[in-house]
Amino acid sequence: MAQGVLVFAEQREGKFRKVAVEAVSEGKRLSDKLGGELNAAVVGTGVKDIAGSLGSYGAGKVYVVDHPGLQNYSSDGYAKALCKIVAETQPSVLLMGCTSMGRDLGPKVAARLGTGIAPDCTALSVNSDGKIVATQPMYAGKVIVQVACPTATPQIFTLRPNVFSPSAPDESRSAEVVQVDAGISSEELRTKVKGVIKATGATVDLTEAQVIVSGGRGMGGAENFKVLEELAAALGGAVGASRAAVDAGWRDHQFQVGQTGKTVSPVLYIACGISGSIQHLAGMKTSKVIVAVNKDPEAPIFKVADYGIVGDLFKVVPIMVEEAKRLLADQ
Amino acid sequence: MGATTQNSGQLQEREPCVVNWKGRGAMKIVVLVKQVPDTEAKIEVKPGATSIVAENITYVVNPYDEYAVEEALRIKEKLGQGDVTVVAMGPEKATEALRTCLAMGADKGVHLKDAAFDGSDSYATALALSKALQGIPYDLVLCGKQAIDDDNAAVGIELAELLGLPHVAVVTKLEIGVDRRSAVCHREIEGASEVVETSLPAVITAQKGLNEPRYASLKGIMTAKKKPVEVKDAASLGLAPDKVGTQGSKAKILNMSLPPQRAAGKIVPGEPPDAARQTVKLLREEAKVI
Repeated sequence: MAQGVLVFAEQREGKFRKVAVEAVSEGKRLSDKLGGELNAAVVGTGVKDIAGSLGSYGAGKVYVVDHPGLQNYSSDGYAKALCKIVAETQPSVLLMGCTSMGRDLGPKVAARLGTGIAPDCTALSVNSDGKIVATQPMYAGKVIVQVACPTATPQIFTLRPNVFSPSAPDESRSAEVVQVDAGISSEELRTKVKGVIKATGATVDLTEAQVIVSGGRGMGGAENFKVLEELAAALGGAVGASRAAVDAGWRDHQFQVGQTGKTVSPVLYIACGISGSIQHLAGMKTSKVIVAVNKDPEAPIFKVADYGIVGDLFKVVPIMVEEAKRLLADQ
Repeated sequence: MGATTQNSGQLQEREPCVVNWKGRGAMKIVVLVKQVPDTEAKIEVKPGATSIVAENITYVVNPYDEYAVEEALRIKEKLGQGDVTVVAMGPEKATEALRTCLAMGADKGVHLKDAAFDGSDSYATALALSKALQGIPYDLVLCGKQAIDDDNAAVGIELAELLGLPHVAVVTKLEIGVDRRSAVCHREIEGASEVVETSLPAVITAQKGLNEPRYASLKGIMTAKKKPVEVKDAASLGLAPDKVGTQGSKAKILNMSLPPQRAAGKIVPGEPPDAARQTVKLLREEAKVI
């Protein structure tokens, strides 16, 4: 009978992604309530050595498929590996981060196993039947649904990054690492990564940032983003952009926040010269605290902002930079 | 040579389309489309409901599916020949979405229409589509990376698995190999693009940036009226009632609601320079986020 929680812990270049740690932590919270085991699954090349560290977040065993052909993500390879681990551990619940990989692997495994999947979950709880109930935003966040897999197993959920709290690691705990042979041959992988083209500019994952300073149409030009970079640096954050700024060619698409860009959930989101269209809000309205700076007092962004400043961002932001440096220098 | 898949103990074999060995030959392309509410639509939910209020909303072809239709048309135009079939699951009004795609230039439509399909999750939808596609020869299946109503981003990938096909998702560039048996895609991942080679047939899910979809011309709209749209219900696809709709769904929506409103914020008073300073102070002392 299916029991316990299995977390697919995504790693990139030998390091676990932040959301993998968040997922293991949440998995532990759920398995404690469900009364079963919490195990993790790791797939890649040369990943045996990092696997045990997941024990500090509560994983009992970490099942590893380590294969030379799995250096880059491969739907066929990773799905076969994860399904092998699922077959061996028979979990009731399977969690993974809702990342590019999770968005790909989750549905493929769900279809292969004939089970249900709820992606991009922002909350998970256990109901009186011992089943997981997930909170999933739909319609670009205009609607919230509660979803469950009442009979199919494993119940698969992918977690929105930066929403679930990682637990404080207990360095004294190490997980048992179990090596699994999934019988993968490189020939059976029908898709092959021939190369990776890195995006221009600094590679900051906006979905992992705690502070984001974003610029919109009001920025007026690429070079004007410098002052946002200064504010982001002073606050230890990253710089984002609205669709208008990206379409104008001022920032790269990887930094776009919104329905057709990234969905972010930072602790602090500062929107500068952004009017606040529905499509932009879809990407950032679950931020814990929102600050808006805009010349137009009627801008819709002020409806969601916790703190609004009506004024010229080129006068306001430099002063915020000064003040932030001053205040935070006293730490 | 054929693609094989094993599902519930049933082996399914597919012969690929015959293509002239010199590499010339029409490509048969299937494009999956969905009719969804427009992004500007004000969404309402009745208490206790598991779906939105469908009245008084403008419906459109799912924007990501438009990239898929456009790409299929471009491939057909580049080859000088080909067949583009658009397939949609949806209620009666989804016919409009199919006609729009036919007006763009698709050749024929297939409409999976049956009250029994209502409430289908991504698995039940993919299952029904896989049955429909078993009756259609294809070299390539295209669809949008996600539907902007449920935002699940799962059907294309689940369909590929059920059909025993490889898939490449979130594609911003697609180049079909000269031999038509392979393709090279650019797949968007965090901070980068993966260059992925895949065998064909395959399912490719489209991301924004793949192309700029054309508008249907008036001529296109007129000729679309005469293009065939085949209607299929669950029974004609060999699907029992417990395999479709809410019954056939593995993930079930328990309830639907509007998100909690954010507590009203405040406009920080004072001249902009003072407001700026005060805001930073409040972020530190009141909100405690810096």
